[in-house]
Amino acid sequence: MTGELGQLALCFALALSLVMALSGFLGAGTKAVSPAARGIVHGAAMGMLVFVALAFGTLTYAFVTSDFSIAVVANNSHTLKPLVYKISGVWGNHEGSMVLWVLVLSLYAGLVSALGRGGERLTSAALGVQGLLAAAFLLFILFTSNPFLRLDPAPFEGAGLNPLLQDPGLAMHPPMLYAGYVGLSASFSYAAAALIVGEDAQTIWARAARPFMLIAWIALTCGIALGSWWAYYELGWGGFWFWDPVENASLMPWLIATALLHSALATEKSGAFRTWSLLLAIGGFSMSLIGTFLVRSGVLSSVHAFASDPARGFFIMVLIFCAIGGALGLFAWRAPTLKGGAAFDTQSRETMLLLNNVFLVASCACVFVGTLYPLALDAFGGDKISVGPPYYAATFAPIFFALLLLEPLGPQLNWRRGDVKAALRTLMPALGLAAIAALSVLVIASPRFVTGAGAFAVAGWLIGASVIDLLKRKGARASAFAAALAHAGLGVTLMGVAGTTLWRSEALNVMGPGETMTVGPYTLRFDGVTQEQGPNYRASRAHLALMDGSQVKAVLTPEQRIYPAEGQDMADTAIRTNGFEDLYLALGDDRGNGRWTVRAYVSPLAPFIWLGGLVMALGGILSLWGRLRLKASLPAAAAQAAE
Amino acid sequence: MKKLLFLLLLLAAPALAAPVEDTFSDPGMEARARNLQRQLRCLVCQGESIDESRAPLAGELRHLVRQQMAEGRSDQQIEDYLKDRYGNFILMKPPLQPDTVFLWAAPFLVLIVAAGVAIFVVGKARKADIPPDLL
Repeated sequence: MTGELGQLALCFALALSLVMALSGFLGAGTKAVSPAARGIVHGAAMGMLVFVALAFGTLTYAFVTSDFSIAVVANNSHTLKPLVYKISGVWGNHEGSMVLWVLVLSLYAGLVSALGRGGERLTSAALGVQGLLAAAFLLFILFTSNPFLRLDPAPFEGAGLNPLLQDPGLAMHPPMLYAGYVGLSASFSYAAAALIVGEDAQTIWARAARPFMLIAWIALTCGIALGSWWAYYELGWGGFWFWDPVENASLMPWLIATALLHSALATEKSGAFRTWSLLLAIGGFSMSLIGTFLVRSGVLSSVHAFASDPARGFFIMVLIFCAIGGALGLFAWRAPTLKGGAAFDTQSRETMLLLNNVFLVASCACVFVGTLYPLALDAFGGDKISVGPPYYAATFAPIFFALLLLEPLGPQLNWRRGDVKAALRTLMPALGLAAIAALSVLVIASPRFVTGAGAFAVAGWLIGASVIDLLKRKGARASAFAAALAHAGLGVTLMGVAGTTLWRSEALNVMGPGETMTVGPYTLRFDGVTQEQGPNYRASRAHLALMDGSQVKAVLTPEQRIYPAEGQDMADTAIRTNGFEDLYLALGDDRGNGRWTVRAYVSPLAPFIWLGGLVMALGGILSLWGRLRLKASLPAAAAQAAE
Repeated sequence: MKKLLFLLLLLAAPALAAPVEDTFSDPGMEARARNLQRQLRCLVCQGESIDESRAPLAGELRHLVRQQMAEGRSDQQIEDYLKDRYGNFILMKPPLQPDTVFLWAAPFLVLIVAAGVAIFVVGKARKADIPPDLL
């Protein structure tokens, strides 16, 4: 019964999304949106949210109660799984994750409807676009990825969930990432709405969409950081970023969203880059759609896997083509009617924001080409090539480095007319800090790396400039510190990346009870392996004593787990951190006679990678908080500006 | 996603069953081997180098690399040998050849075009008068 209820809810949601699209566009087409049209479009948005939530709730219920008559549940769940992984199993598979996708899309539609900034016509048109997007994805679910299909007869037990996914980090990762990915749909809808509404909305939309850009950016930042952290502790070799296509698929929208945040700020504050910001808003969500296509169509595992079951991939491809093509068509048609940009000097905040966009778009182009080119080459029968870290080191790194070098100047220049010399004078202490950072790296760290000194110089420059900026704004509203915080976060992450990549040390030993090994400054004594029973796995747990002379300072317990239901095994690492350095242990295989392989890493500054991500996100949250507090006075001001 | 993660798992699972590595006692040689291993892709993995991967094949390839190093071959010779055997797919750094020119040029082309547009935009914005009340 629950399955049919969920399916019915999806059908109702589809109908409401179409009502929302139709009434939204009709309302936007009139001079003043009539109360009836307004009621219908907002009502449809809320109704769709309710029905999609109902479908999602139904599916979750089926997972929690282990209703194996539903195929998706039977294929991805198991009665013995802990509750939290029964729930996260909902989005641990293709069908369920698409329902989550639409749920997030509906949530944003509801938020657009509830906040409703930028005037009724703009909101109405934005909801119309959001309705179209929802309809497209609901059709995708119902026709190619129905999560409520039944099995007859129902199996007695489910197949279980991939143990890699049975992890708190990865349970949270998809919802976080989707909140970012799909959150860009709101900016997309506002941009398309601005093009539909025309002149009245050409700068207002940037302000109306800003909270959504911020929410999406914060979620993407957290999602990417969470994903990288998960890869770090779960995959067992101490790395944190592979330049894997799936990671790249989340990095591309982040780069464009970051560019959009900066460009839209100029649009809002000085009226500059009006058409460009619209294009970025369209581009950001396009990257999300392309990422979804990459991950969902199977094209990544092999171009040929895509060809063997093309229905899903083909549907998403058509969907992408319509969404991006439609938006760009609208852009080509309407953009020429928008008024030209504002006036500003070469030395100005606007110029710096423009440079920010130049480098961010170029770095996104690196990731885009690096991810898609090998697929395209293979698809057209060309050479099979790999695009790995050396490619990104040669292309992405220098471009992003240039961005970071220029970054501190931006906030020090005034809008319209700034003074670069004066800005540099203000930033002198940051330059000093950069020099000290570089020198101390050359003196203290061993082995010496010029790239390491360079990275620390830039980190010092970023963090120093942020501190100067913070001091300058002392006493201002909290949101004034947002940019400084986000920029400092970049510096922190940079230090972590450089420290871990350049100065990581490792050791691989076969150890018997009582034997010791050293890695970096640490000495570890192997105290044997015990057998443990988890809720749905068996574990071989190694006990390694971290020694301080003859004293035991701590015991670390890396595990090897076997998940009998899924017939898979995996490693569970043990990490001890002091905030500046991680000691990282992974247990290898049984060598007989109580001897086991143990892999140990010391990763200097590793925690900084994710700490920096958190600081960046915190910057975004401060900015968002300021925006939402501004809300009370906004509708009147927006209405006034729109006249 | 699931398929991909499953693949990932396939790689991670046998991970811990790889043979214990041979290591060079000479730190210079060891560093060279590690560097070389990072340039070579584990052929059955999702984007991992043979240095990171613990798939059995990666272990065999590491062994091969070290064996050839011990025989006194240069990095280039080893890479060429593996390339002949497995194709360009094994190189983490795509070679520059006619069909990869675009791959290598695209980021910088985009950078140049974007910079050109930026110069044009700034030039236009400079010529426009800034209303005095906005300064």
